[in-house]
Amino acid sequence: MHAFDYATPESVADAVVMLSDPGKNACVLAGGTDLIVQLRENRRRTDLVVDVKKIAELNALSCDAATGLTIGAAVPCYRIYGDGQIAAAYPGLMDAARLVGGTGIQGRASLGGNLCNASPAGDTIPPMIVLGGEAEIAGPDGTRKVAVEDFCTAPGRTVLADGEFLVSLHFPAPAPNSGAYYRRFIPRNEMDIAVVGVGASVVLSGDKSSFVSARIAVGAVAPTPLFVSAAGEALAGEPVSDETIQRAADIARDAARPISDMRGTAEYRKHLTSVLTRRVVQGAVQRAKE
Amino acid sequence: MSKKVHVQTNINGEAVDFLCEPRNSLLEVLRDELDLTGAKEGCNNGNCGACNVVMDGRLVNSCCVLGVEADGCEITTIEGIGAAANLHPLQQKFLEHAALQCGICTPGFIVSAKALLDSNPNPSEDEVRYWLAGNLCRCTGYDKIVRAVLDARNGA
Repeated sequence: MHAFDYATPESVADAVVMLSDPGKNACVLAGGTDLIVQLRENRRRTDLVVDVKKIAELNALSCDAATGLTIGAAVPCYRIYGDGQIAAAYPGLMDAARLVGGTGIQGRASLGGNLCNASPAGDTIPPMIVLGGEAEIAGPDGTRKVAVEDFCTAPGRTVLADGEFLVSLHFPAPAPNSGAYYRRFIPRNEMDIAVVGVGASVVLSGDKSSFVSARIAVGAVAPTPLFVSAAGEALAGEPVSDETIQRAADIARDAARPISDMRGTAEYRKHLTSVLTRRVVQGAVQRAKE
Repeated sequence: MSKKVHVQTNINGEAVDFLCEPRNSLLEVLRDELDLTGAKEGCNNGNCGACNVVMDGRLVNSCCVLGVEADGCEITTIEGIGAAANLHPLQQKFLEHAALQCGICTPGFIVSAKALLDSNPNPSEDEVRYWLAGNLCRCTGYDKIVRAVLDARNGA
């Protein structure tokens, strides 16, 4: 690995100063499970690794029935699914937090890091999108908020400008009669990269017979995780039925723009997008009924 | 070369100080600086679990941790689990069930399995298999390893 310096700022402001230094090509370290491997394999180069784990806001984890869920950008997966209240309130997020890598990876890897790594197949990104996640970004000009669906701009690229970094993720409190679900298809039982991943959240009517609203996002079928707003909108106001769910699945399939690679052909991924969307919406409906 | 950093840790119950460059992984420090060669370099990218150690109570891949990040941390490596004359129950069960062949993956499996039993003393077979999904073994086919861990549940 090439040589670099290492710093551990204890405040957001100090981190911004370090990341904004025009003389340095600095990068942010949280769990390191992507960054350290990328540095070792010379896929990234840096002069300065800024470890943000000593900043209080990056380690914050709080859940409130009124204001929702705030997850510091460096909070590792195990702390999220290890919190009984959060796991019960956001099962769609747990589906993904529990399957990013193995136990050792989950001891370090964060949702914030998964988002900033901006892999099209990042498992936690579709559920964060469908749950209405919002990213809080700090930078030289202060803080700003960006919806998770707008955060990734290309494989490995994000909206973060020079000197900016992700501080936290915020999710609204779950609506009554709502449910969310994430599933991916992989050819192994675990520890693999999604061929296709789909997240869905639904809000049902009081008698659970129709959709009030829905959000659907798909992974590994476009240059970024893709929010398919039209698929969710097609469910709003419609009865919960195989026909309406299939219509949403068809819209998600048509929105997918996959490539062919060693994990599957574009045609295969299109088909999987439809199948998974149907099952994931059904799973979200089931959770909304529980 | 970047300046070396002084790092203070506690490894297997003993205060340990070392010097390392920021680019050195915790795995490199353990093996090359501290002569704790039980943790193995398998994939060096977080897939295989052969380098797993426990850091402040959490199982981590030491190849995906910088040595400088260990400052102030408590670390348990395979060297801190059992002894030749006094095997940890997991080690004894790995022998009884022939849960190893070449042995390269074994330290990682023992460290990971101990972390599981420390947090969940009575896991189901499914829980054992998912917990150990990040540990790869190319010899045994896993069944013997899983059986050894299941058999160690009450003795560990």
